Amino acid sequence: MNAFTSLDSRIVSLPTDDIDTDQIVPARFLKVTSKKGLGDALFADWRTARGDEFPLSRPEAKGAQVLLAGANFGCGSSREHAPWALVDFGFRAIVAKSFADIFRGNAIKNGLLPIAVDDATHARLLALRTADANVTVQVDLASQTLTLPDGSTATFPIDAFSKHCLLNGVDELGYLLSFEANIAAHERRAP
Amino acid sequence: MASGKTTLFEKVWNAHVVTEEGAAPAILYIDLHLIHEVTSPQAFTGLRERGLKVRRPERTVATMDHSTPTLPKHLATVDPQAVAQLDKLEANCAEFGVTLYSLASEKQGIVHVIGPELGITQPGMTIVCGDSHTSTHGAFGALAFGIGTSEVEHVLASQCLLQRKPKTLEVRVEGELSPGVTAKDIILGLIARIGVGGATGHVIEYTGSAIRALDMEARMTVCNMSIEAGARAGMIAPDEKTLAFLEGRELAPHGAAWDAAVARWKTFTTDEGATFDQTVAIDAATLEPMITYGTHPGMGMPISGRIPAPGSLSDPAQRAALEKALKYMNLEADAAILGQKVDVVFVGSCTNSRMSDLRLAAGVLKGKTIAKGVRMLVVPGSKQIKKQAEAEGLDRIFVDAGAEWREAGCSMCIAMNGDMLKPGQYAVSTSNRNFEGRQGPGGRTFLASPLTAAASALRGHVADARTV
Ligand code: SF4
Repeated sequence: MNAFTSLDSRIVSLPTDDIDTDQIVPARFLKVTSKKGLGDALFADWRTARGDEFPLSRPEAKGAQVLLAGANFGCGSSREHAPWALVDFGFRAIVAKSFADIFRGNAIKNGLLPIAVDDATHARLLALRTADANVTVQVDLASQTLTLPDGSTATFPIDAFSKHCLLNGVDELGYLLSFEANIAAHERRAP
Repeated sequence: MASGKTTLFEKVWNAHVVTEEGAAPAILYIDLHLIHEVTSPQAFTGLRERGLKVRRPERTVATMDHSTPTLPKHLATVDPQAVAQLDKLEANCAEFGVTLYSLASEKQGIVHVIGPELGITQPGMTIVCGDSHTSTHGAFGALAFGIGTSEVEHVLASQCLLQRKPKTLEVRVEGELSPGVTAKDIILGLIARIGVGGATGHVIEYTGSAIRALDMEARMTVCNMSIEAGARAGMIAPDEKTLAFLEGRELAPHGAAWDAAVARWKTFTTDEGATFDQTVAIDAATLEPMITYGTHPGMGMPISGRIPAPGSLSDPAQRAALEKALKYMNLEADAAILGQKVDVVFVGSCTNSRMSDLRLAAGVLKGKTIAKGVRMLVVPGSKQIKKQAEAEGLDRIFVDAGAEWREAGCSMCIAMNGDMLKPGQYAVSTSNRNFEGRQGPGGRTFLASPLTAAASALRGHVADARTV
């Protein structure tokens, strides 16, 4: 997994609530057997429907690593193709009011940082981004701080284990496998 | 719980914690891992890259369902990419020693339909699958939830997952359902009330007399859509109906092992006096047949109601979401939904493709024909269901009514196999997701029960089965 420490980036703004993973990667793109190359599938139907006007297709989206979404981002299907596509497109962090459970877990496992902010911070960031498409935010994971374009800061929650994994690029499977003795003991006592 | 009283969820959770250390999440042991073609290939690749084996192949069961054709024509003529994915699953299962119910098997079907059907879904188990509707299996008192592909790899390699303990939400449904109101209406009613994020971070336990009165298939319908309220899982404590359903199933325990299992299973109930983090109460008698009008399962309403107006919502984000949804659906605020035209009717999916669902739909259609211009697909959840339905003559009822009777699979629930809506078409669907494009790019979905679906097929527009 890619480690995540900090970044300074422009923002793609897609502040809709309840964006589901069927929108992030439509089902017809799920017939792949590899994780790579899914960036082209990212929001494919919305991109087609809205053409050059779609936020991802606009010039300022190029190179942006932060997506600004609404509440309950990533709801619906458990497909990990959603974070694979977001990462493949170039995103490293999603700022939203809240995240769906499975998506949050999938994102962290792929080095994509879910940043949940309160309504006021969200509104402020959205207003700043709407006023100027080229503003940037800074994200610092160690201090769990999001710095808005106006210099104001907000802290965001992340559990200590996920933070450790992200900061150090630790892979969870390696960690799990180190508990082999405990797992074997559980298997002996369970019915 | 300080009182020592525990909920069903806590009992299953506690019985599966391998270790829980410091700030790290718990390591949770997984009893049963279900896999299918779409979310597993990258996990097997990961195993291979690390030189790992499947730790407990006998706790791993695979089937093919998502992208399989539902017409009995040769697969290769359908879609080379889907064929490659199915071939990959076959090769992976052979290489790693995993049992696969492939298209050639008489036991193939939708992963969440065949687990209970085979008797491998059992009370008190932890069950996972790279599929969010794994919550279906919670109807048996199992803790069952969807995972991503990285986690599929974790479970294949270690039979465990890193998990944070979720909170608990009791959904208590008391009273009697009115005639024509089904399990699907209970769950659509709940999601309309608490919203698609309403149960995020929680495991739901469904309790109350109306839940006890449901048969196992109906309970599966309820638990199935728990994820559409954002819940991690949905559970119902096992009772006599659960045992009666499982007894004699091929892969359920038999003989002395059955008796031992039953004694253990009976302990998986919520103690009197145990507390939940939250409770929602629903009066079953007030429920009507439900239908969705928008682009997520929370945008639902009683079928006799009027489509809500964005102006009636105070939250600007919700207002914008409703405006966007109505635009996509091309529906007017304040309009009735009864009478809205329908192009396609789909009866199927892990939500509503079991015998009782097919019987409900057939009961409405018997001796009648569907409206001109309507296309109706009936897709059984498994090959065994298909066989039984044919033995009961349900297939004749569907075909005589003008519907298409198909092979088992996910079909138009996810539209990966060629069964799909055309842009702009309206469908009444018994599946679980009405997201934009879910049933085909540009397609528009009304989620409802098998009764409403069949009645709408007869009329050619959204119709209430109670008055058809
Ligand atoms: S029927 Fe639909 S929801 Fe159920 S497993 Fe298949 S694709 Fe998923």
